[in-house]
Amino acid sequence: MMDADTKKVVFDPLVDNNPITLQILGICSALAVTTTLAASLLMAVALTTVVACSNASISLIRNHVPSSIRIIVQMTIIASLVIVVDQLLKAFAYDVAKSLSVFVGLIITNCIVLGRAEAFAMKNPPMISMLDGLGNGLGYSLVLIVVGTVRELFGSGTLLGYTILPSVNDGGWYYTNGMMLLPPSAFFIIGLMIWGIRSWKTAQIEKAEFRISDAHSSEVL
Amino acid sequence: MARFKSVMALPNDSTKKTLAVAVVMCLACSIVVAGAAVMLRPLQSANAALDRKRNILAVAGLLQPGQDVEEAFANVQRRMVDLETGEFTDKFMDVEYDQYVAARDPELSVAIPGDEDIAGIGRKARYSEVYLVGEGDDFTQIILPVNGLGLWSTLYGFVSLDQDLKTIQGLKFYDHAETPGLGGEVDNLDWQAQWKGKLAYDDSGEVRIQVIKGVVDENSADAAFSVDGLAGASLTSRGVSQLLRFWLDEQGFGTFLENLRQQGA
Repeated sequence: MMDADTKKVVFDPLVDNNPITLQILGICSALAVTTTLAASLLMAVALTTVVACSNASISLIRNHVPSSIRIIVQMTIIASLVIVVDQLLKAFAYDVAKSLSVFVGLIITNCIVLGRAEAFAMKNPPMISMLDGLGNGLGYSLVLIVVGTVRELFGSGTLLGYTILPSVNDGGWYYTNGMMLLPPSAFFIIGLMIWGIRSWKTAQIEKAEFRISDAHSSEVL
Repeated sequence: MARFKSVMALPNDSTKKTLAVAVVMCLACSIVVAGAAVMLRPLQSANAALDRKRNILAVAGLLQPGQDVEEAFANVQRRMVDLETGEFTDKFMDVEYDQYVAARDPELSVAIPGDEDIAGIGRKARYSEVYLVGEGDDFTQIILPVNGLGLWSTLYGFVSLDQDLKTIQGLKFYDHAETPGLGGEVDNLDWQAQWKGKLAYDDSGEVRIQVIKGVVDENSADAAFSVDGLAGASLTSRGVSQLLRFWLDEQGFGTFLENLRQQGA
């Protein structure tokens, strides 16, 4: 079906070149919206839609964009798409849209979207650009879903609102971990994920920029 | 069309093409955005109306989990009040009316004198919605819309009074942009639960309810009129006190509630 290049473009960003765990982009929203799985899923869909559509439309006009205003052109397209997505959410998923509040609007400033527009869509044809956007959106989604699952499960004892671990407050046995509902916990989970992925894919480990000298003073003498 | 093509054929960085691309793109984007906004508005307003009903039911403590909002709302009637005379009125009864939009319309609103504007809202509508829980004039709770300035934003919410028109049944804000975790804790259910049973007025009819700094001392004389302050959010707490004082006093629903009390007596 897909040739090797297309496959690479779509599936590389899932693990090998994940925008969050390798490029460390889009962390802000990954911390903010992942308290529940439902919100994470919606955010993932919203971002994937925006990045795929923005890549496709920016790629369509890439040969006519004056370089002096290219960032503004990209931002305008991204911002318009985000507003449309936000309007759609308010119309069809009002409650979750409300819980995501400002973060849907903030997709405009998500580094992944502008990053893919500038790095890929400006140089490649529309179809492959859209697939690149889709792949990166899915990479982002994967991390959000993992983080959202861990945080909701251990923070509230539920998944998508259904009780998995009955909490003490509701007469069960599970003491909910309040820290999981706070943004720092997402940092820990993403940090552990990066550790895990880099232990598995050792190619991702960066070379140290410097090395602390381990010479002992007695050796110098 | 030919002219458009000739402009598009110019080098990308020429001034003419730069301007042309900017204009065309802005037009295209604004059409997309405006189109989406206009087409989706009916659905969005239906959602917003349902959300409003849900909030009204929640402040009155009438919303059971899993219950249908429209069904639960059948027991609630919407009435209009003339704030100046404090009487029920038929104005705007059967039409869509947003008193916060009306508050910006000089015809439908009055400016609040600076020294009396403790809620920091500038203008108020002449007519306000109120919601009665129960049948006819025989109600068990009355729900009043309130708004006022917090730290960053105007808080919009409802306060529900018991039929004695003195005891607070609930307070809830449905829209604000206070700092999450600090002022945003006005959404905290534990904090909201404290309001139930507090007294808004003392026996002389003066508004006494307030959010204090720190935790309420149960033994103090003012305990029945006080609610714990929100930690780290002095200005939001103060805003909540002020907006309640404003709306429960003469500038707000004071006259109306006084009329109701007279009728009851």
